Amino acid sequence: MFHREAGVFKTTYGADMALYPLPIAKWTVVALAALFVVIIPLAVHEYYLSILNLIFIAIVGALGLNILVGYTGQISIGHGAFMSVGAYTAANLAVRLGLPFWITLPAGGLMAALIGVIVGMPSLRIKGLYLAIATLAGQLIIEWTINHVPAISGGAQASIEVPRPSLFGISLNTQGHLYFFLLFFAVLAIVATLNLVRSRIGRAFVAVRDQDIAAEIIGINIYRYKLLAFAISSFYAGVCGVLYTYYFGIANYEQFQLIVSIDYLAMIIIGGLGSVLGSIFGAIFVTLLPIAIRIFMEDVGSLFFTQGEMANVISGLRLGVFGGLIIFFLIVEPEGLNRLWRNIRSYFRVWPFSY
Amino acid sequence: MSEDLQFLLALVLSGASIGLMYSLIALGFVLVYKATDAINFAQGEFVMLAGMIVVTVLGLEGAPLIAAIVVVLLAMIGFGFGLERVVLRPLLGRPVVAVIMATIGVAAMLRGLGPITLGIETRALPLPIGDEPIVLGPASLPPIQILGAVVAIVFFIAFSWFFKKSRMGVAMRAVADNQQVAQAMGINVERYFAFAWAMAGVVSALGGIVWGSMLGVDVQLALVGLKVFPVVILGGLDSIGGALVGGLIIGIVESLAAGYLDPYVGGGTKDFAPYVLMILVLMIRPYGIFGRRQIERV
Repeated sequence: MFHREAGVFKTTYGADMALYPLPIAKWTVVALAALFVVIIPLAVHEYYLSILNLIFIAIVGALGLNILVGYTGQISIGHGAFMSVGAYTAANLAVRLGLPFWITLPAGGLMAALIGVIVGMPSLRIKGLYLAIATLAGQLIIEWTINHVPAISGGAQASIEVPRPSLFGISLNTQGHLYFFLLFFAVLAIVATLNLVRSRIGRAFVAVRDQDIAAEIIGINIYRYKLLAFAISSFYAGVCGVLYTYYFGIANYEQFQLIVSIDYLAMIIIGGLGSVLGSIFGAIFVTLLPIAIRIFMEDVGSLFFTQGEMANVISGLRLGVFGGLIIFFLIVEPEGLNRLWRNIRSYFRVWPFSY
Repeated sequence: MSEDLQFLLALVLSGASIGLMYSLIALGFVLVYKATDAINFAQGEFVMLAGMIVVTVLGLEGAPLIAAIVVVLLAMIGFGFGLERVVLRPLLGRPVVAVIMATIGVAAMLRGLGPITLGIETRALPLPIGDEPIVLGPASLPPIQILGAVVAIVFFIAFSWFFKKSRMGVAMRAVADNQQVAQAMGINVERYFAFAWAMAGVVSALGGIVWGSMLGVDVQLALVGLKVFPVVILGGLDSIGGALVGGLIIGIVESLAAGYLDPYVGGGTKDFAPYVLMILVLMIRPYGIFGRRQIERV
C-alpha cells in the first residue's frame, strides 16, 4: 500500500495476480495490523473508536455492493433492504432461539443472499435500467413486508431488541470490545473480497461487466455469474445488517430504508467502482462526512438557523452533499478516490526526479 | 344498483382520477426516456421542487396564483436546461448505469437542499377551486382530483399532437430512434436532449401544482415519484399513451387493493400492490403494454 516499486517487472500472470505484489507489501500489512490491533485500541478515545466501528460495518456493506455494481456491472438500489433481511433474521434467531452470533451472523447473510437472488432474478432477462427499477421495487416490497408482518418485525414499531454478542463468556458491551469484534469481520470481508476478485469467479464478474456477449462466447455462464454476484453481494449486505443490529443492540427497519441504499451507492461511487481499496475509502469518507458536517454546522450554522431547525438542516445538507458528490465523481473522476490515491502514489513513485 | 357494485364503482372512479394524476408525472419521465434514453430517478424530486417554488412565490406579499404558475414554469424550464447541460451532457456515451446513478444523485441533492433553501415545514398550496366534493355517479371526488385528471388529459392530447405533427416533435422522435442517423439528417441532437429535459420540467411544474395542492408541500411530496415506475413499466417506458393507460391501471389497482385488502392486512396495501404488479410485468412483459419490443438481453 505504501511501498514504491521502481517499475513493472512482472513476467507471469501469477505474479500479476498475487495478493502481495512485492515482498515489502507483507510488511505494510504487518504494520497496519499492529496499528489497528495494538496501537489504536490503546491510544484512541472511546468516541473515536465508535466512529471506527461504524466505518468497519460500512466497509463490509460497501465491499458487497461494489462486488455487484463495480465488478459485475449490475445495479442494485435494494441493498438497504437486503441489510434489513439479514438484521431481522439474526434478531429473530438471537431473541427467539437464543442462538449465539456465530450462528445468527452467517444465517442472516444466507437469508439475505437468498432474498438477493430472488430480487436479482430479473437480471437474467433484463438489464441496466429495468434492473434498477426491479431492485427498487424489491427494496420497497421488503420494507413494506417487514413493517407489516409482526412475525418478522416483532410487532411494536417494527423493532427487536437484541442482546450484545458474547465471546468466551464475555458480553461485548463496550466500544472497545465491539471494536475487535467488528475489526475482525471487516478484515475478513476485505481479505475475502481481495481473493474473490482475483479468482476465476472474480474475473468472470469483470468479464460480464465489460462485455457480456463476449463473456458468454468465451464460455462464461452469464446467468450463473450474475446470480452469484447477487448472492455474494447480498450476503455481504446481510452480514452488514447483522453487524449493525449487534452494534446498535436493536433491529429497526428505519435504519435500512431507501436512503441507506443510496448512501452505499454513494460510498462506492465516491470511493471507486470496482476496487477494494475504493470501497474502504468510500466507507470512511461517507461515514466521516456527516460528522464533519455536523461539527461544521454547530459552529457556523448557528448564525443562520435556530436550534430547532438544525437537525433538519444537517440531515438535508448531508443528503445534498452526498448527491452532489455522486454527480461530481461520476462526471469528473469515475474511478473515485481510489484513482486519486493511485495518482498520488504514481507521482511519488518517481519523486523527486520526475523527469 | 347493489351496494357492492356501487362500492366497486366508487373505488374505480377515484382510482382512475388519482391514476391520471400519476400519469401526469409519469409523462415527464417518458418524455425524457423517449428522447434521450435516460432514466430519470429524480422525477418525484422535480415535482417536489416545483411545488416548493409555487408555495414560496405564493408566500411573498401579494403574489397572485397566476404569477406563481408563470414563475414555476420558467424556473422548471431553466432547471431542465441547466440539468441537461451540467449533469447529463458530460455523461453522454457512458454506460446506462452511470446515468441512473447520476439521476439518483440529483434526486438526493434536490431532496436534501430543496427543503433547506425553500422551506422545511409542510405548507398548503391553495387553489381557487373549493373543497366541496363533486359527486360523480356513485363516487364523490375532491375537485383537485378532477382538476388533476383534466390537466393530465389535456397534456396527453397536446403531447400526442406534438410528437405526431410538429416539426420539433418529429425531430425528437428521430433523435430517440437513432441518434447518429438523426445527427446525419441535420438534427442538433444535444439541443433536443435539452428540450426533452425542459419539457419534463414543464410537466413536473404542473404535477407539482396539482399534487402539492392535494398533499401539501414538503419533502414527502417527492415520494410521489416512486409511483412513476410501476406506471411507466406497465405502460411501456417510451410510450405516451402507455403512461396514460399505465397510470389509470395503477391508480385503479391501488384503489381496489386499498378498498378490498386493507381490512384484512391492516392497511398500507396501497403502497404495496403497484410494485407487485410491476414485478409481474417485468417478469412477463418487460417492455410494457405499448413499449417498443426492444429489450437488450443477454
